[in-house]
Amino acid sequence: MGLYSRRLWINRFNLAVSLLTMLIGLFWLGWILLTLFEAGFKALGPGLFLTMTPPPGASGGLSNAIAGSLIMAAMGTLIGTPIGMMAGIYLAEFGSRGWLAPVTRFINDILLSAPSIVVGLFVYEVYVIHTRHFSAWAGTMALALIVIPVVIRTTENMLRLVPDSLREAAAALGAPQWKVITLVTVRAAKAGIVTGILLAVARISGETAPLLFTALNNQFWSLDLNQPMANLPVVIFQFAMSPYENWQHLAWAGALIITLGVLVLNILARVFFRNKSPTY
Amino acid sequence: MSSVADTMDGLSRSDSGISPVSKTIPDTNLRNQHRLDLLFRLATRFFAFLVLLLLAGIIVSLLAGSLPALRAFGPGFLTSLQWNPVTEQFGALVPIVGTLVTSFIALLIGIPVSFGIALFLTELSPVWLRRPLGTAIELLAAIPSIIYGMWGLFVFAPAFAQFQPWLTATLGAIPLAGILFQGPPMGIGVLTAGIILAIMVVPFIAAVMRDVFEVVPSVLKESAYALGSTTWEVVWNVVLPYTKVGVVGGVMLGLGRALGETMAVTFVIGNAHKLNPSLMMPGNSIASALANEFTEAVGDLYSSALIELGMILFLITFVVLALSKMLLLRLGRMEGQKT
Amino acid sequence: MNAAVLQPVQETLAQKIQVKNLNFYYGRFHALKDINLQIPERRVTAFIGPSGCGKSTLLRTFNRMYALYPKQEAKGEILIDGDDILSPRQDLNRLRAKVGMVFQKPTPFPMSIHDNIAFGVRLYESLSMREMEERVEWALRKAALWEEVKDKLKQSGTSLSGGQQQRLCIARGIAVKPEVLLLDEPASALDPISTGRIEELVHELKNDYTIVIVTHNMQQAARVSDYTAYMYLGEMVEFGVTDEVFIKPKKKETEDYITGRFG
Repeated sequence: MGLYSRRLWINRFNLAVSLLTMLIGLFWLGWILLTLFEAGFKALGPGLFLTMTPPPGASGGLSNAIAGSLIMAAMGTLIGTPIGMMAGIYLAEFGSRGWLAPVTRFINDILLSAPSIVVGLFVYEVYVIHTRHFSAWAGTMALALIVIPVVIRTTENMLRLVPDSLREAAAALGAPQWKVITLVTVRAAKAGIVTGILLAVARISGETAPLLFTALNNQFWSLDLNQPMANLPVVIFQFAMSPYENWQHLAWAGALIITLGVLVLNILARVFFRNKSPTY
Repeated sequence: MSSVADTMDGLSRSDSGISPVSKTIPDTNLRNQHRLDLLFRLATRFFAFLVLLLLAGIIVSLLAGSLPALRAFGPGFLTSLQWNPVTEQFGALVPIVGTLVTSFIALLIGIPVSFGIALFLTELSPVWLRRPLGTAIELLAAIPSIIYGMWGLFVFAPAFAQFQPWLTATLGAIPLAGILFQGPPMGIGVLTAGIILAIMVVPFIAAVMRDVFEVVPSVLKESAYALGSTTWEVVWNVVLPYTKVGVVGGVMLGLGRALGETMAVTFVIGNAHKLNPSLMMPGNSIASALANEFTEAVGDLYSSALIELGMILFLITFVVLALSKMLLLRLGRMEGQKT
Repeated sequence: MNAAVLQPVQETLAQKIQVKNLNFYYGRFHALKDINLQIPERRVTAFIGPSGCGKSTLLRTFNRMYALYPKQEAKGEILIDGDDILSPRQDLNRLRAKVGMVFQKPTPFPMSIHDNIAFGVRLYESLSMREMEERVEWALRKAALWEEVKDKLKQSGTSLSGGQQQRLCIARGIAVKPEVLLLDEPASALDPISTGRIEELVHELKNDYTIVIVTHNMQQAARVSDYTAYMYLGEMVEFGVTDEVFIKPKKKETEDYITGRFG
């Protein structure tokens, strides 16, 4: 084979392999989603949302787990978002001088990629041990600690995209810096920041590890934040690993619910960002 | 002269009748503004500082929790194969090896696949397909890890068990390396966990690769094409070196994810505290050991050993991330780019 | 042209801004070298010169916009109505309420058209809703934008065309009733028709405001300004009545630039 035809052949081969990888990726996605829908649909029904988790062998639903997940995710987001936004604002608006900003950014990157089970361990050590019991508060804390780095990163990135000329225009009117930041800059980056928050919510909705040692689980319906609270991921973990069939069905249903929720959030975030994003 | 200006001022602003505001802003207003500015600045600074405190807190609490185990086992903890809750003898070697091996397999499979996908998305795919395909890949990243675990255990493992005898027959026959593929076709095991992890990290690495591939200036690619290069040659010789920094970053991101992944691994790794040369046998990773055993650990030493495992995992991810950042800095500096 | 009419600046007009021995640094780069200048009140003064000559830099010292960035420093004196604005005691926000600025790129805030204009006003005045509406209308009329937007005041400022956005920024700048208006190449990002309207605007505004305009377009400077300053490489080369500077420049460098030998 001459040099040229060999090159052509290599080119064709590699591009074919590339196509193959794309198909492989789509194949996995399809297989997973298909399995999920198939297995989950079987156990889907209104009873799922109205009845509590049952003991093995009995029938029941996931109402307490769903409620618990919603509550802890909402609270974790409510606590983590303002903290994350303020730190993100610091990094973007005040971060050009001094040592705090680069160090914070570095540490934030580490926290972003840190194993979430370690976050659970941390909350266990500082909160659960001291209060001597698992609780929804602990679970909320762990989730908030996962939300914070995500929000910091997206807030900083979105604020950096706002052109300086906008800040200058506000300052040129005599506005004090805090007004420039809150009324103009943050507002201009609003779409991106909200998207970041939505993505953070999607992320914590599926997290199991941080809840394992904090909120644990609760067989019954409980809204007491100082007690262990049922939540979908841990319920799924427990039910799936068990030998009981009805539990396994419920686990699939729960998995389907979480996945649908997460996918909807992701799509929402994408659409929202595309529609509301200003063109600078 | 100012007074002349003032009278002329009053005369010509007749259509508004109001004199310039700047003359009437009281000093107290401005002082309050400055106070608020300071307060705001301090508040944001405080929250940034909180992030530092958080990291310090994590390290300190993990250390404190590991103290009993550290005292009892010392550095031998890292090399011991033991794991016996009854005799309270614990060693980290099995989980550490499991974590590292599964992550390694994940990258081994994941990097080429991600590269292929990124290549497809940027060079081969028709334009109208790019966004939907890219979204599809990103959806893979969004699926929570517990789903991967369940799917891995109930769907993939049984299917893989059908496939394993073939593997043993072919790859298992290779001298030396073949020992990696011996064993009964159970479906679960270290290899399975590695494959599932690979599927999980592919979307992350592929997304980063695609993003950096997309910003390669077209003039650069065009000049290579103009010399008669094939698509593959352009990508391999021009695009990849140009995006080196970003690609390394993406791989590190994937590695970080693989190291810390809990649920997907826990379902399929088999949870056996035994070190086995074959990848097809069950094993353990740090995260899965913690997930399975922590809530039932009886006795201070048991819990403490588990916490020490958690600390080791955190240290491993910390080191990997810090190294990657330094590597990126150095690569960036060599290229003369701004990092 | 009657020479008697063209009195030297100092005798007939009040000097709104007096620049004395101004030096400006971007880090170690000496961007403005020993600038001495007087800007007359209620007239349009243009700064012209090739790229990098320092005209925008000089403009931005008048409202100390550079203070937003570390490593940018001004030394010397700039007196506005007799007060040195470079003094550390000068309150920056008060200065900027007095000296307004319109930028090269239109920068509408991410809010409704009404709120864009009300933003600046709300900073230092408390007006009733009625008074605010009147002020907004007044500013938009002055900026020749009222007719086009009077039915869509609630719409976002970003929904306007480029030329409209720029007029919105001008309306925003004058709504707070500053005494000085700094225009940094206000029409360079606009099409010729919008540019023409902005120039008409400047002509009308000068009855009430002291205007300093930076432009790289010499014809624009000749059309619009009463006084012109020619700058080159950070130095003030020549300053005088526009007609004089363009028809009979005193310095050869000025003549070279104006006749297009470079730049």
